[in-house]
Amino acid sequence: MSQLSNWGADVEKLFVASLVVVILMAACTDMSETSYSGQVTSAEIAMPGTELGLPVNAPDRFDFGVEASEQRVAMWDIDVRPDGLGLPEGNGSVQEGRNIYNVHCIACHGPTGTEGPNDRLVDSEQWEDVPTTRTVGNYWPYATTLYDYIRKAMPQLTPGILTADEVYAVIAYVLWMNEIVSEDAVMDSETLPAVVMPARDKFVMDDRVGGAGIVR
Amino acid sequence: MPSAESPKLSRRRWITTTSGVIAAGLVKTQADAIQLIAQEAPTDPTKVPGRLVSEIGSRAPGEQPKRLIRAPALSSSSRTPLADLMGTITPADLHFERHHAGIPEIRFEDHELLVHGMVERPMVFRMSELMRYPQVSRIRFLECSGNGGGVYNRERMPTEVTVQALDGLLSTSEWTGVAVSTILREVGVRPGANWVLAEGGDSAVMSRSVPLEKVMKDSILAYGQNGERIRPEQGYPLRLFNPGYEGNTSVKWLRRIEVTDQPTHTRDETSKYTDPLGDGTVRQFSLVMDAKSVITFPSYPYVLPDKGWWEIRGLAWSGRGRITRVEVSTDGGRNWSDAALEGPILDKSTVRFRHLFEWNGRDTVILSRATDETGYVQPTVEQLWEARGIRTSYHQNHQRAWKIARTGEVTFGLGDLV
Repeated sequence: MSQLSNWGADVEKLFVASLVVVILMAACTDMSETSYSGQVTSAEIAMPGTELGLPVNAPDRFDFGVEASEQRVAMWDIDVRPDGLGLPEGNGSVQEGRNIYNVHCIACHGPTGTEGPNDRLVDSEQWEDVPTTRTVGNYWPYATTLYDYIRKAMPQLTPGILTADEVYAVIAYVLWMNEIVSEDAVMDSETLPAVVMPARDKFVMDDRVGGAGIVR
Repeated sequence: MPSAESPKLSRRRWITTTSGVIAAGLVKTQADAIQLIAQEAPTDPTKVPGRLVSEIGSRAPGEQPKRLIRAPALSSSSRTPLADLMGTITPADLHFERHHAGIPEIRFEDHELLVHGMVERPMVFRMSELMRYPQVSRIRFLECSGNGGGVYNRERMPTEVTVQALDGLLSTSEWTGVAVSTILREVGVRPGANWVLAEGGDSAVMSRSVPLEKVMKDSILAYGQNGERIRPEQGYPLRLFNPGYEGNTSVKWLRRIEVTDQPTHTRDETSKYTDPLGDGTVRQFSLVMDAKSVITFPSYPYVLPDKGWWEIRGLAWSGRGRITRVEVSTDGGRNWSDAALEGPILDKSTVRFRHLFEWNGRDTVILSRATDETGYVQPTVEQLWEARGIRTSYHQNHQRAWKIARTGEVTFGLGDLV
């Protein structure tokens, strides 16, 4: 009922709304769901944690979709997490990566990863208070994000054409250009998650909360 | 109108209309004459039968609001013409765009959504199956968190900037679809789950991590927008819609939801859409859009033709709930008055505010500031600089000011008054 105060001083609206609420409350005693402008809309199952309830006569399951097979999940489950979950078999070296980079990446990111015209990839200069560039070397908090992103989205005009070995290799090369790994480094599902990115500990969770007198 | 008239300008009409005024020196060119005829003899619609019904409506020929495109590229945006619009709903064809690899062509019959991860039953849904689930509709704003980025840098504060160029990455629609909570109930979320990864079917395979609590609360798998199927630019045939969250999390062309115990830290939630605060830290997962308001009229490049009564109009919104108050200042922020709010005031939606003022014809600056139901007040740019430093690129929700010069010209910013 507290939401009603937001409806302003429109007396007629308030009267009609109160009437609707009274009628609905009289009709269904088991109703708690309020939504939209605070109006009680219909009798709904009170599901904890959601404002978008289901009709009271909804079954436990509708079963409109089909169960996904393991192969189907494996085919689409392509994301890679910081702990390495999702990384495929395979490996690639800095040397191999140089060739991949010079064929597939150089046109958009430049010979040394700094020239553009698209995102600058390389800056091994670290920062204290604020970054002047936001590159793999001085801004990306996790090396695994490179795999997650390059595998699916790069090269921009022919995304997804790189093999697992080629993705590992080009990551090794980009990390080497940023002076994060040595020239003889080989990236695979063990070594990539173990790379500690220089900016990792700079990242903090959002602490904004709203409220009076708070600007964050 | 004058140009439409010109092919029909008959010799007789030309002579009869113009002979006298040419003699008087009022008409010097044919263009002047056309202008004069258009003013003197408008087509009388009561004397000509109108056109017939049509299957698809169209805008009046003189009313052609357009999105603003900065640079056509695969990763680019177009902005809603806020100054041309009234009320709160954005026509679907004027909803802002932000794509990371262009707009994919996806057929309704072919599209599928995979829901898997920490669930009891991983499932695949076709669009026709998703549409059988109980359907919800909510009017909500969507704003790109990069909106307003052009007016944060102290050294590069533009004055000749339209509200469209400045804040046009904001639109409001009625979104229709199935509650994410309904689908997660269907697949059964396992204990320990805390996040979901939402992934799009564009060629960037754009993906974002969203807290499970959020998507359970009020997120929608949307297939409808303002009464019709979502348009390709908005994610046809299916998008995630997270009310009040930065637009990028409302993943378009949604093809996969993975329930997880931790965020995935994708490229767009690490190297992009994060906020370096100036103290050596970077704020991550800054997902909620804070309260904000913007005056849409008068704004650049409008020129007030005379002093007197004018109504200041604009939009206010908050990702944390309802707007409770919008104040307007017409003296550069010294004094503030409550603006009228046009109801209904909806949760996480835009509200239209208006404030009547009598312009005395002198230089002045007008501003607005919004308060939401948490009590949060839209800050000044100085407050944001103080709190976040000057290098952040997103969430720039500070108060917007427009200077009205004595000539009636309106430009962005506080000018030299304040």
